[in-house]
Amino acid sequence: MTSLPAKTTRKLGLVIDLDTCVGCHACVISCKGWNTENYGAALSDMDAYGANPEGTFLNRVHTFEVTRDAAPPMVVHFPKSCLHCDDAPCVTVCPTGASYKRTEDGIVLVNETDCIGCGLCAWACPYGAREMDAAAKVMKKCTLCVDRIYNENLAPEDREPACVRTCPSGARHFGDLGDPGSAVSRLVTERGGFDLMPEQGTQPVNKYLPPRGRDMLQAPDLASLCDTTPETATGFLGWLDRALEKL
Amino acid sequence: MHPAPSLILFTVLSGLGFGLLVWLGLGLRAPTGLAAFILFGLAYALTGAGLIAAAFHLGHPERALKAFTQWRSSWLSREAVLAVATLLVMAPHAAASVFLGNGVPVLGWAGAVLALTTIFATAMIYAQIRAVPRWHHSSTPVVFLLAALAGGALLAGQVTLALWGMLALSLAMVAHWVAGDRQFRASGSSTGTATGLGSLGRVRLLEPPHSGRNYLLREMVHVVGRKHAHKLRLIALALGALLPALLLLLPVSYISVAVALMAHIAGMLVQRWLFFAEAEHVVGLYYGKR
Repeated sequence: MTSLPAKTTRKLGLVIDLDTCVGCHACVISCKGWNTENYGAALSDMDAYGANPEGTFLNRVHTFEVTRDAAPPMVVHFPKSCLHCDDAPCVTVCPTGASYKRTEDGIVLVNETDCIGCGLCAWACPYGAREMDAAAKVMKKCTLCVDRIYNENLAPEDREPACVRTCPSGARHFGDLGDPGSAVSRLVTERGGFDLMPEQGTQPVNKYLPPRGRDMLQAPDLASLCDTTPETATGFLGWLDRALEKL
Repeated sequence: MHPAPSLILFTVLSGLGFGLLVWLGLGLRAPTGLAAFILFGLAYALTGAGLIAAAFHLGHPERALKAFTQWRSSWLSREAVLAVATLLVMAPHAAASVFLGNGVPVLGWAGAVLALTTIFATAMIYAQIRAVPRWHHSSTPVVFLLAALAGGALLAGQVTLALWGMLALSLAMVAHWVAGDRQFRASGSSTGTATGLGSLGRVRLLEPPHSGRNYLLREMVHVVGRKHAHKLRLIALALGALLPALLLLLPVSYISVAVALMAHIAGMLVQRWLFFAEAEHVVGLYYGKR
C-alpha cells in the first residue's frame, strides 16, 4: 500500500558532514558497484564508451561555491541521495504500490516487479533522488543498502551502507535518527544538522551538517610583500634607469 | 519538465473525450440513433486513444493493471479507476441511446459525474506535485476542467455552452499563467534552501556531479524552447479559446464548428506543451538550472 505509515519504529538514515566531505566521489562509485552487483535490477550505463555516456546512479556529489560577505568564498562538496523522508511524496503518488516506506525502519523502497515505470515518483521527489533505469525501465533509488545492513553473512563492520563504509574522510554516518540518544542524533544536535528544502514539507530523515567556519589568516598585507622592486634605484642602476626613461 | 508527446496527446484527447461524455451524460440535448453512435463513438475513441497514448509513456505497460490498486493515496491510480468506471457506467446509456432511441438518464448522470471527476483526477496528478511550483496551484484543475468542458460542448454541438466555456477557458488560462509565473518564488525553494547553505552566503553550482546528461536532467530540467513562451501563450489563447468563441458568435454552420474545433485542439496542444515546457522542477536548483 502506498499510504505512508503513521509512525515508523526506527528512522534509519544518513548524516552527511559537509565540513568533512572532500568530494572524492568514492561513495558514488561504491554505491553503483554494490547496487549493480547485488539486490535488484543493475544500475545500467548507456553509451558507456561512446560520445555521450550516461548512467543510473543512486548517489551523486555536487560541488557548490558559497560567496560570503565578510569572508573568503567556500567550496562545499555536496553528496545527495534519497533522504528517506517521513512524509515521502514519492510513495503516495505511486499508482501500483511498488513504492513503499517500511514501518520497521522507515526505509523507502521500490518493489521492482510492481513498478510500471511511469516516472511519477521521480517527479514528486524534490531532491532528484530517483532515477529510472534506461535498460530495466524501472525506478531505482537508494535502498540504504538494505541488503547489507541486516546481512549476517557480512562482517559486523560491513553492515552499513556501502557509501558510509567506503567514505575515506568519515563524512557519512549511518544510524537511527528516531532515537535521540543514537550517535547520529547526537551529532545532529551538536553540529546543528539541518534538512534540505524544509519548505517542501517532506520531513527528510537524512540530515546534513554545515561546514565549520574557516580559520582566517591574521597576517600583514600580503600584496606589499610581493612588490620586490625598490622605489628608486641608486648608483649606476639609478643613472641607467633615468637615462632609459629619457629616451 | 520534459514535454512528452504521449502525455500532451493523452491529456488533450482524453480530456476532450471525457468532456464530451459529461454533456452526453447530462443529456441536455440527447442524441439518438446514428447521431448518438457518432458522438458516443467519438467520445470512446478519444478517451481510448488518450489512454493508449498514456500507456506508451510507461516503462512496463504490461503491468498497467497494477495501477488500479492504489486509489486510496494516488491520483494516478484514481484517474485510472475513474476513467474505466466512467466508460463502463456510460456504456448502457450509450447503447440505449443508439439502439433504443432513448438513453438511461440515471446512468448518464452518474457517468457525467464520473467523467468530471476523471478530468479532475488527471489534473490533480500534476497539481499535487509540490516540487513543480507552477503546477501546484488551484488554477491547474480549473484549466483542465474548463478545457475539457468547453471542447466537449463544442463536440456535442452545445453552441451556447461551448461559447461560455471558451470564454471561461481563456480567463482560466491567463490566470494559470499569471499565477504560475509567481509560483516558484512563492514556493520558497532556492539554491540556498536546496543545499541548506543559504544562511552562509550566496550559493552557486561550481561543478555538476556528472559531465553528461542523466534521467533527471532529461525529464525534469527542460530549458529549451521556453524562449518563445510568450508568443506561444498568445497562440494558445487565440487558437484554443478566443477564435472558437468568435466563430461560435457567428451564424453556426458545420464548417464554422469544425474550424472552431480544429483551432481549439491545436490551441490546447500548444497550451499543454507549454504546461510541461514552462514548468520548472525544484531539482534544477541542484544543477544551477531552472
